[in-house]
Amino acid sequence: MSLLSPEPGLLFWMMLSFGIVLFVLAKYGFPIILKMVDTRHNYIEESLQSARKAQEELARVKETGEALLAHTRKEQALILKETARKKDILIEQAREEARLEAEKIIVTARDQIHAEKEEAILSIRKEVSRLSIDLAERILREKLITNEDQMGMIDRLLDEIEISKS
Amino acid sequence: MRKNKHIYSVLAALILLLSASPIFAKNSSASSEEELNVKEFILEHLADSYEWHIVGNGEKVISVPLPVILYSKISGWHFYSSSRFHRGKPAYDGFQIAAEGKYKGKIVETDASGNVTRPLDLSLTKNAASLLFTSLLLILIIMGVARSLKRNPLESKKGFTGIMEMFIMSIHDEVIKPSVGEDYKRFAPYLLTVFFFIFINNLLGLLPLFPGGANVTGNIAVTMVLAVATFLVVNLSGSKSYYKDILWPDVPTWLKVPVPLMPLIEIVGTITKPFALMVRLFANIMAGHSIVLGLTILIFITVSLGSAINASMTVISVIFTVFIDFVELLIAYIQAYVFTLLSAVFIGQARISHVSKPISQETKQFFIEDK
Repeated sequence: MSLLSPEPGLLFWMMLSFGIVLFVLAKYGFPIILKMVDTRHNYIEESLQSARKAQEELARVKETGEALLAHTRKEQALILKETARKKDILIEQAREEARLEAEKIIVTARDQIHAEKEEAILSIRKEVSRLSIDLAERILREKLITNEDQMGMIDRLLDEIEISKS
Repeated sequence: MRKNKHIYSVLAALILLLSASPIFAKNSSASSEEELNVKEFILEHLADSYEWHIVGNGEKVISVPLPVILYSKISGWHFYSSSRFHRGKPAYDGFQIAAEGKYKGKIVETDASGNVTRPLDLSLTKNAASLLFTSLLLILIIMGVARSLKRNPLESKKGFTGIMEMFIMSIHDEVIKPSVGEDYKRFAPYLLTVFFFIFINNLLGLLPLFPGGANVTGNIAVTMVLAVATFLVVNLSGSKSYYKDILWPDVPTWLKVPVPLMPLIEIVGTITKPFALMVRLFANIMAGHSIVLGLTILIFITVSLGSAINASMTVISVIFTVFIDFVELLIAYIQAYVFTLLSAVFIGQARISHVSKPISQETKQFFIEDK
């Protein structure tokens, strides 16, 4: 039965050694180990999380960039289209203006030409009348000494005029 | 225990026996004597001793003497080396190791009138020395791991520290956390200490060579201290409802007053739990050691039955011993595990603060309407 009855001596030593072990390990050993493992666990967790976040951020940035690019392309196309349209309009406008200007110039030129023609006709008329008066005067002075001469002359002249006219 | 040593001596003995077996075989009268010695042999190995036996038998023994510390009411304090005491030898300074009787194997004092008394024996016995050694070893191991982790906590560890960390965390995460419940952090250091204390003592108990081999966790004094520690932790950290369930459980009043039948049962229950822990660990480890010793001693028993039987029994014995040693290795872990698990569960049970539900309004209404 000695196996079943605890020895006071061994009880004492067991209490002593277990007490020391418990004191040392439960105060300085295991809490530190658990804390450190916890620290590492948290660190890994955080790292994973931040990595995931960074990845998400990257994906987001990429997406934004792509969207921006697409948007810009669209904008570019729009601007180009607009520009082309504007160019056409401008050209059309310029053409119209040029046409109008030309017309104006033509009209002016025509008027001028008309006026000048009138003027020329007028001056020609004046000249003609002056010449005819001159002519008449000379004829009168030279040959119209007699009546017959005068009459013959007039007739001839008139004939001539008639002929030149017809 | 010292199985391997036995195996070695068995091998040596075998060679001797093969040459000298006829002499032993003829000595048939020795057989009954041998059988008588078997029980004593095993018990002696299971029990504590004043010196740390390393190797040898009979006259030639190599052992480490350990200090004997005694306090006698008659003659006060005494400090000796255990080498001065041998079983059955004449008394030294009035003390001797009792050869038989109630105090067999223990140091007793014989006073002037011939009365045999047992002094207060605080000797650093084999188990005590082994305890101190394993405690030191455990502290060194765990503190080493802690220091290594503290130095660089963010780096995952390799080698021994890594294994120990995994081991500690497996007990922490799979035994303590789910069993204790909410505030497991408060109790984790205690439970981990208990686990590793039992485990290292179990393992070193299996080691047959010098620093191990003591039947430490198979000694009831050791398991008693562990069980009392768990008892104290459980009962000093109990919640209000835990004490209420013990002292005033939810049973019909006549079971509580005037004879506090249920409270008494509950109080006994709180004691039986750690008591079961104590006996379980003690019995398992002691039984394991006994089996190994029993298997080993088969060789010596069969010596008288002739060399053929002896040789075959030797082979069987060695095979079985190796097998049992592997089982013991498993048991060393399982028993530490079970002790820790149950301690954790008991703590968890004592921490639950469930409030017994008051009868709801609906239920009251139901009863009233029923009438």
